[in-house]
Amino acid sequence: MSNDSRLKVLDATMKRHQYQQDALIEILHKAQELFGYLGNDLLLYIAYHLKLPPSHVYGVATFYHLFSLTPKGIHRCVVCIGTACYVKGAAALLSAVEQCAQIHPGETTADDQLSFSTARCLGACGIAPAVVFDGNVCGHQTPELVCDRLQTFLAQR
Amino acid sequence: MDFPELLAIANQERQSQKAIRIRCCVAAGCLSSNSLVVKERLEIAVTEAGLVDCVKVSGVGCMRLCCQGPLVQVDDSTQSEGVGILYKAVTPDHAPAIVSTLQSLAAPESPYLQQADLRHPFFTQQQAIVLENSGIIDPERIESYIAAEGYHALHHVLREMSSNQVINEIMRSGLRGRGGAGYPTGLKWATVAKAMSPQGEALRTANHKFVVCNADEGDPGAFMDRSILESDPHRVLEGMAIAAYAIGASQGYIYIRAEYPLAIQRLQIAIHQAQKLGLLGSRVFDSPFDFRIDLRMGAGAYVCGEETALMASIEGKRGIPSPRPPYPAERGLWGFPTLINNVETFANVPPIIRKGADWYASIGTEKSKGTKVFALAGKIRNTGLIEVPMGTTIRQIVEEMGGGVSAGGVAKAVQTGGPSGGCIPASAFDTPVDYESLTQLGSIMGSGGMIVMDQSTRMVDVAHYFMEFCRDESCGKCIPCRVGTVQLYQLLSKIREGKATPADLDLLEELCDMVKYTSLCGLGQSAPNPVLSTLRYFRNEYEALMMNSNES
Repeated sequence: MSNDSRLKVLDATMKRHQYQQDALIEILHKAQELFGYLGNDLLLYIAYHLKLPPSHVYGVATFYHLFSLTPKGIHRCVVCIGTACYVKGAAALLSAVEQCAQIHPGETTADDQLSFSTARCLGACGIAPAVVFDGNVCGHQTPELVCDRLQTFLAQR
Repeated sequence: MDFPELLAIANQERQSQKAIRIRCCVAAGCLSSNSLVVKERLEIAVTEAGLVDCVKVSGVGCMRLCCQGPLVQVDDSTQSEGVGILYKAVTPDHAPAIVSTLQSLAAPESPYLQQADLRHPFFTQQQAIVLENSGIIDPERIESYIAAEGYHALHHVLREMSSNQVINEIMRSGLRGRGGAGYPTGLKWATVAKAMSPQGEALRTANHKFVVCNADEGDPGAFMDRSILESDPHRVLEGMAIAAYAIGASQGYIYIRAEYPLAIQRLQIAIHQAQKLGLLGSRVFDSPFDFRIDLRMGAGAYVCGEETALMASIEGKRGIPSPRPPYPAERGLWGFPTLINNVETFANVPPIIRKGADWYASIGTEKSKGTKVFALAGKIRNTGLIEVPMGTTIRQIVEEMGGGVSAGGVAKAVQTGGPSGGCIPASAFDTPVDYESLTQLGSIMGSGGMIVMDQSTRMVDVAHYFMEFCRDESCGKCIPCRVGTVQLYQLLSKIREGKATPADLDLLEELCDMVKYTSLCGLGQSAPNPVLSTLRYFRNEYEALMMNSNES
């Protein structure tokens, strides 16, 4: 992975933070943005450059929900299960996705087309229930709307 | 940058205003309903109609009524009516119709343009202090904030006031922490100002204290801080800078959730602009005061809203809380005295300095001064952001401003304070909203999420939902929280499935007490609150589920 252009970007980010150990979370964010997930090699690479024990980096990467240590699918579907969305029927959306894609929250379909997860609260309570498709927040969702959208993702197989 | 230069920017900005202003909400709620396209189409329509000279389209922050977005407000200064027109649920195709109403006076109302009633209590009963610029200024332009008297307070503080005077002013205003606990802000500032750095008096330089803004708005159902940061980010920066001057800090951090990408982006822009104008950085307003602000991003851990966990996270570690004392005010970030305040607390600071502590103290109740921003959501007709004086009753908020429960239901309870708060039953809706009253009801003010529930919401499910949340979010450091929340969750599941006996209910209460009084940090200490408050007001729902188990 040494001549990967993404690593150059990561190096630049670390340099911008002057290899400060307290910028670890920012750097992990960048690494995940570049590579999609935080693999073991990548964590070791970051640990080496920040002069941190690998156990520390691994500990931080596993502590925070947003970091993923396994690859994600091409498309993402995040169902908000914050209180406002919950009261407005997020549970029905969850089961709709589960039925439609045959996966549970935190899983990725076998063909790597779709990753499904839940969010604690997107702060989009005004348009509850909300679902994020590939980074776009969509409000006032219904099980039908969600299924239609997922079909377009899954149809690309 | 000196004061005449600041005034020049403000004047220039005011003069560039045109007779007619079209404001289009570009905060996260409306943005996800395509408001950016609406704004572009409005601009095109204005150009096509040849109105560029007298009409200005600008993107602004939250205009409160989030459920009806995208919102577009039209203000015509040539009309004497004073109140503009707020269009709701605008689609890009509506843009030409909105612009055409500008050309012909008393244009016939287009059948598909929907107007929101600005005379509805939802708007008229609001009192904007924190949100005074929200929905009015362009959050991505510092000039727009300066024209609204932005950074005037900072200049005044640096030139006219000693740090003690600033602290006294905040203390006299009666401002209390808006993060939920309600600790007097002035007192906190005074403590940090007095605190010594570990190296002792000799090294007590400005470098050795920190100001931290807690923007880790983790409570589900709360979006006030997001809206403030997206609508008026400079206000928070100014508040932090004033705090830094008062306590003698030269470095600040804003710890913000990664789930709020737009707020992060707007803050980055704001910090950059302020630095460029010399309003942040070294020698602010050509005074000896230096202040830098850096952003630190969270990564999805609710516990990081707790101040000691938040500091651990800023230091790049696992966000695990540590016992207090020592409080952050004595030993915080990297062991140095640290002031941690919530977004809304900092946002209150500039108007207090600008208009005086007496003015602020005249608003609100005896012990809770000023206003509070609430995020009104759930089963309610008008979902959105409201700012009301402390002491407004829940009934006023829910029934008058919120317009009552949606789809003809009946309000059953209001949940405040997120997973740390509780459910307030409809019978207690006449309670005024202030720190003490809500605590008496077994809930808390919290950060300001207010979720309305109707008869279809089962309270045991709500308690179960929040316990699942706390179970997942427990950091695992102390046993009462790590194990207690799991056990409570299992007990609630058992009750929910109708398999519990009255003995389980006793056990539930006993365990709640144990977790509440023995946990290390606020997460564990308040995790049983949703269970305790629903048990207090809706015990019959728990008991009804017991009976089922006896029958079967």
